[in-house]
Amino acid sequence: MRKYILRRLIISVITVWLIATSCFFLLRTLPGNPFQTTSLLSPDMVERMMHYYGLDRSLWEQYITYMQNLLHGNFGYSLKYAGQSVNGIIASTFPLSAQLGLQAYFLSIPLGFLFGIIAARCRGKAVDYGLVGFSVLGVSVPVFILAAMLQYVFAIRLKWLPVAQWKSFQHTILPTITLAFSSIAGRTRSMRTFMLEIVNEDYIKTAKAKGLSKYKIIWSHQIRNAVIPMIPTMGMEIVGMLMGSFVVEQIYAIPGIGAQFVTSVQNLDYTMTLGLTVFFGVFVVTANFIVDMIYGIVDPRIRVR
Amino acid sequence: MKHLLEVKNLKVSFDTYAGEVQAVRGVSFHLDQGETLAIVGESGCGKSVSIQTVMRIVPMPPARIKEGSILYNGEELADKSDAEMEQYRGNEMAMIFQDSMTSLNPTMRVGKQLMEGILKHQKTGRDEARRRVLAMLKEVGIPDPESAFRRYPHTMSGGQRQRVMIAMALCCGPKILFADEPTTALDVTMQAQILDLIGRLQRQYDMGVVLITHDLGVVAKMADRINVMYAGRIVESGTSRQIFYHPSHPYTLGLLGAMPNLIQERKEELYNIPGAPPDLFAPPPGCAFAGRCRYCMGVCRRADAPEFTTEDGHISRCWLLDERGKKYRPEGFGGRTAEKGGSDDE
Amino acid sequence: MSRTVSAAKAAAVTEEIREIEITEADFEPVPESERDTDIIVRPSVSYWKDAFRRITHDRVAMVSLAFIAVIVLLAVFAPLFSRFQYETNDLASSNLPPSAEHWFGTDTLGRDLWARVWVGARISLIVGLFGAIVPQALGIVIGGIAGYFGGWVDMVIMRIIDVGVCIPELIYITLIMLYLGSGPLPLILAFAMVGWMGSARMIRGRIMQFKNREFVLASKSLGGTPFHLIFRSIFPNILGQQVVSLTASIPGAIFMEAYLSFIGLGIQSPLTSWGQLSQVGAGNYRLHPYQLFIPGILISLTILALYLFGNSLRDALDPHLRD
Repeated sequence: MRKYILRRLIISVITVWLIATSCFFLLRTLPGNPFQTTSLLSPDMVERMMHYYGLDRSLWEQYITYMQNLLHGNFGYSLKYAGQSVNGIIASTFPLSAQLGLQAYFLSIPLGFLFGIIAARCRGKAVDYGLVGFSVLGVSVPVFILAAMLQYVFAIRLKWLPVAQWKSFQHTILPTITLAFSSIAGRTRSMRTFMLEIVNEDYIKTAKAKGLSKYKIIWSHQIRNAVIPMIPTMGMEIVGMLMGSFVVEQIYAIPGIGAQFVTSVQNLDYTMTLGLTVFFGVFVVTANFIVDMIYGIVDPRIRVR
Repeated sequence: MKHLLEVKNLKVSFDTYAGEVQAVRGVSFHLDQGETLAIVGESGCGKSVSIQTVMRIVPMPPARIKEGSILYNGEELADKSDAEMEQYRGNEMAMIFQDSMTSLNPTMRVGKQLMEGILKHQKTGRDEARRRVLAMLKEVGIPDPESAFRRYPHTMSGGQRQRVMIAMALCCGPKILFADEPTTALDVTMQAQILDLIGRLQRQYDMGVVLITHDLGVVAKMADRINVMYAGRIVESGTSRQIFYHPSHPYTLGLLGAMPNLIQERKEELYNIPGAPPDLFAPPPGCAFAGRCRYCMGVCRRADAPEFTTEDGHISRCWLLDERGKKYRPEGFGGRTAEKGGSDDE
Repeated sequence: MSRTVSAAKAAAVTEEIREIEITEADFEPVPESERDTDIIVRPSVSYWKDAFRRITHDRVAMVSLAFIAVIVLLAVFAPLFSRFQYETNDLASSNLPPSAEHWFGTDTLGRDLWARVWVGARISLIVGLFGAIVPQALGIVIGGIAGYFGGWVDMVIMRIIDVGVCIPELIYITLIMLYLGSGPLPLILAFAMVGWMGSARMIRGRIMQFKNREFVLASKSLGGTPFHLIFRSIFPNILGQQVVSLTASIPGAIFMEAYLSFIGLGIQSPLTSWGQLSQVGAGNYRLHPYQLFIPGILISLTILALYLFGNSLRDALDPHLRD
């Protein structure tokens, strides 16, 4: 187990380093400089700005400074908004995104599993068809369409909930549902599939031969083994929530980190983009690491490797 | 005399998207307390399906009992609901499977898997159940029961896992043990140990054992009586002595011929049965074995043979045993004395 | 010991037999030449033929396919026969709702949405198709190399993949798009650079699995060359699975294009795609809902059709998975 953790840890560190390095060179070698877009600055000013941000030094020097800062947990500065650090932006925007993501995540996990189990249990019946239909729908409707529809129905027509922004719990309901929807659908589908696959496993036959009841078999043999293969994807799903939130935050006008990323990309604010990307990378790698650890605990077969 | 288990004319079909597969086409057999019945046949002949149907662990649907009765101590099991069957499974009758690796839940500790059955069938607390499990593990020859209790199946050897399977099957003291190819996945020395263990426990608990196998070596060692199955039917049935010394069906001859004989020195090659068994989507009209039989006659292709029974209960379904087929019987077929007996079919 | 042989009284069996009259002549042995040891009752059909039969008998698959065909035909022909050009502004007739003249209405700049939607469909479908094919082809090649040669080549490739899959796709694609600029070709390139890893890993796994199977060993021992081995022995065995995963990744690519265009990175005006149309539509859907819902519903239905067809295809090509 210790070897397993160590191995995963090393891979994680290398991954973060690779993300930081490749993003750095990708963004710094982009043609042009970020101050060209605004004609307000004189050439002299541009030069001074370049000097101020250290952009006139060689790429390697910049890289080393950048990595040093990164090691101290400093993600860099915004080029567009003087005095704003990436860390500051993260501190003000990430909590919102995290709340949204976690709300959606914890809505989707129990519902997805529950729907999947019910569908598998009622296989071939109306309930099953309904849930499968829902899950197919959930993966074919793009988030922005779903969001617009929800806004249209619940906010504009029925006036039950606010259309957009992030002020009270009421404001979080529609974005949370939007973000969770496709994930619930996906989980319903895979849970159903795994449950049905496991029915044919030999050890289910053994459990049956012991005389255990249907529900006992489902509870103590089927569910656990069906959930295990889904754990690795659950790590990537937190990431999926982040990715989905790019669009969701945009539509619901939520000043979260996803919306911030989109804005910085649109503004060609390279240092901000870079800082946020690396932050996402660290976040994702950490999430995956934790998930892998959980996987190792839940599935005893992994630990041996 | 009332038998412990009596299966009469059992027919099981699988409904698949391509049509109905007649996996078991009219099987009858019985089992008494303390005896061992072997069911022999190649894979896909319906031997596993028929006993899994008795235990009702074959998934229904797609499987379906078309016809027949299953009497356990005189009680009809074929009409029982799934929930009613729970009281019999594991408690009155138990089963061990071929592949102990896949037959044990990989993510549950061995001890917990063993305790489940006891907790279900017997009114005991967890401590008592645990004590019984440890005793049972010891009984089946697991060296350190306490540590085995806490282990996961994949950390054990194949032989140990099969012992765990046996312990699991026997922990509620069943009257019948079904063993579905219990030694196929094991190496030869381990096979002998596991068979000895089953034999010893059988005597100790006075169980009836149904042994399913395609290995005639195993059969010779264990069985009192033998049923030979082919394409969903029992083609020959008799005591071990009758089957081994007076085989009365060309398929049995083939099986025996396909077994290397170490004692008798043979110059001839091992006999092998050419071809493959028929497709059970559409069983042939005549004898299912006709296409592969070296003694095939015209009648064999047109009609399936009836059961020919000797006075001492040796049953075979082969047209060669009909009076009119007598002259085509190979030497020694149906026993040396078979030609003396006259056929008296209607 | 006398063994009297008698016919059994098993009712079911004797009944069957009575129907057929059995004569002495029937008891003639069948000569060996006439014996058919392998009676094949079911006609044996080839894998592809069987898959074809299954898929054409699947109503959901056929309806989906018909829908996709209609969309493709409209994408190809509708802009050719439209009276309006997709990029022609007409500020006098901006934001018109659907009418006999403008079937899908017009946008803020007065451009005809019927023309724009079908030009957008071309882009979305092309990006979807090639955005699925190119990464997969790349993945097959790289995974094939890793799986076939093994050793350190495999080690290096697999470590790259190990690290690569940890990086969120959308972020990497975003950065690559920043570098390459917007448009269909940069999109496909970006998909290729990010998307090859999944299929490379799968192909490598499959090849590893097949490498030691008997039929491949047989081919090897008969002197099969590596090339021959991959294309004749291994490839046919994984082709079905590849077709399935290709179909499954087309909707994903269409989705990704829509997302990127929605955040302003994929396709940019005046060129258009369903994602780009949705982005513009989302800006003013409260006043002009049709501007968002027409492209949105088309994306949803197309993805639904592709998805359902993909599922049926998987069932048809891989009967083991069928339930």
